[in-house]
Amino acid sequence: MNAIKIWAIRHAQTAVGTLGRLSHQWLPSAFMVLVIGIALALPACLQVVMNNARLASGDWNRAVEISVYFKVGTPIAHVEQTAAGVRRRSEVASVNVIPADTALVEFRKQSGFADALAALTENPLPHAMMVRPRADATRGTVLAELADELRHLPEVELAQLDTAWVNRFNAMLEIMNRAAVVIGVLLALGVVVIVGNAIRADIQGRREEIEVTKLVGGSNAFVRRPFLYTGLWYGLAGGLLALVVTYTVVGILSGPVKHLAQLYGSNFLLATLSLTDAMTVLGAALALGWIGSFVAATRHLRAIEPK
Amino acid sequence: MIRFEHVFKRYENGREALANLSLDIGAGEMNFLTGHSGAGKSTLLKLIALIERPSRGQLVVNEQNLNSISRRKIPAYRRQVGMVFQDHKLLVDRTVFDNVALPLIVAGVAAREIGKRVRAALDQVGLLTYENSRPLELSTGEQQRVGIARAVVSKPLILIADEPTGNLDPDLSLEIMQTFQRFSEVGVTVLIASHDVRLIQQFAARVIRLEGGRLIAS
Repeated sequence: MNAIKIWAIRHAQTAVGTLGRLSHQWLPSAFMVLVIGIALALPACLQVVMNNARLASGDWNRAVEISVYFKVGTPIAHVEQTAAGVRRRSEVASVNVIPADTALVEFRKQSGFADALAALTENPLPHAMMVRPRADATRGTVLAELADELRHLPEVELAQLDTAWVNRFNAMLEIMNRAAVVIGVLLALGVVVIVGNAIRADIQGRREEIEVTKLVGGSNAFVRRPFLYTGLWYGLAGGLLALVVTYTVVGILSGPVKHLAQLYGSNFLLATLSLTDAMTVLGAALALGWIGSFVAATRHLRAIEPK
Repeated sequence: MIRFEHVFKRYENGREALANLSLDIGAGEMNFLTGHSGAGKSTLLKLIALIERPSRGQLVVNEQNLNSISRRKIPAYRRQVGMVFQDHKLLVDRTVFDNVALPLIVAGVAAREIGKRVRAALDQVGLLTYENSRPLELSTGEQQRVGIARAVVSKPLILIADEPTGNLDPDLSLEIMQTFQRFSEVGVTVLIASHDVRLIQQFAARVIRLEGGRLIAS
């Protein structure tokens, strides 16, 4: 218990001492934090973009419908019966039956061919129904299988499923996702290198102190500890700055985005970085700071031995 | 306490610093190591401090064969040996107190204990009132005494010094050597390298003479 207490006190002392040293040389420290913060804000902002794209695509996926047209001459009672059967299926959210007469009235109103259509003695339009799937059924093959099944009902003439643009959008989203991951990894590597370089310079500047510490019996772990804390502080401050930048960017954009969405008649709101994402950014920043300082300290401290 | 058995030391550039050195230094003795520059005095001390390793032969310090101490165990070993250097190797950006406390801090001594022991060590070298000074505010002789305080603060059994009076005038040199002598009187094994024969003669201590890496008188 006592040993753990001493250990904890020593770590706390090193942590505070390192912070003091960093604040003493505040300009280079601030510069480091700025570089790390910006490097990490970029992937965090990309994450926000991805979150919003996914939300938006969820909206569009819900808009996907299967248009089912019955054979001309199918009695309306039969159509209603089929619709009722489809409505009971688990992957279906709603079924909207459009009788041929209603369709004709709509068509007359919208097409501008009212006079020509008036000349018709018979209604050429079939009965139809719009099948709207549940949101969770819009991915993968579920939707295509449902359309296929409806197409093969004997009374059905045609079942149309237009998912091509949704598929394209989802594919684009996937590419963006991959690109974001690649950019994130590259920037993370950059942070490791930057921190490592700062630690290397710090070690060169404190060469004498390290040598003397080793002469009086300081272990490698003891000599390394302040440098690891330096890396952790850089990571923590850089991560916090990245979050501030990201939330600021979202704050600046959310007004105009809301306005744009309203112009399109949508009530879409810009989603910000979730708490989990924020914690991930902070955790990654700490880990990168630690890795950078660990690699640099292990490499360069070994070379400093008393002569 | 310190035993050299047929120790050779050849540096990578081919220079042979020590050749077939056998030597036994008893516990609690005061010893001077003398000879011209290049005679191997510094090398001998570096072997004891594990800054260098023998090319051949055995070196046993406090019943530990140094050849069997791995790189990882060197820090723990060094804590048993107090070292004083000609240029005293003090950290100029820290106070006298912090300099002297360093060996205790690296050894993980509790904070309350550190204060007591640092002041005791500073008292022994007559610098108790200087704990908040910076090394550069002190005279050369005082700086060297801070170096001694740092070497003895962890109560080592062995104290080694490489030309500790090299930069001092005769009066200060005598004072420094008398400080070392006091530690030998309380049981510390002291080994001081010095080429100042006139200074050494004033002490009733064993004189180990090296020439060209060989022991010529002891």
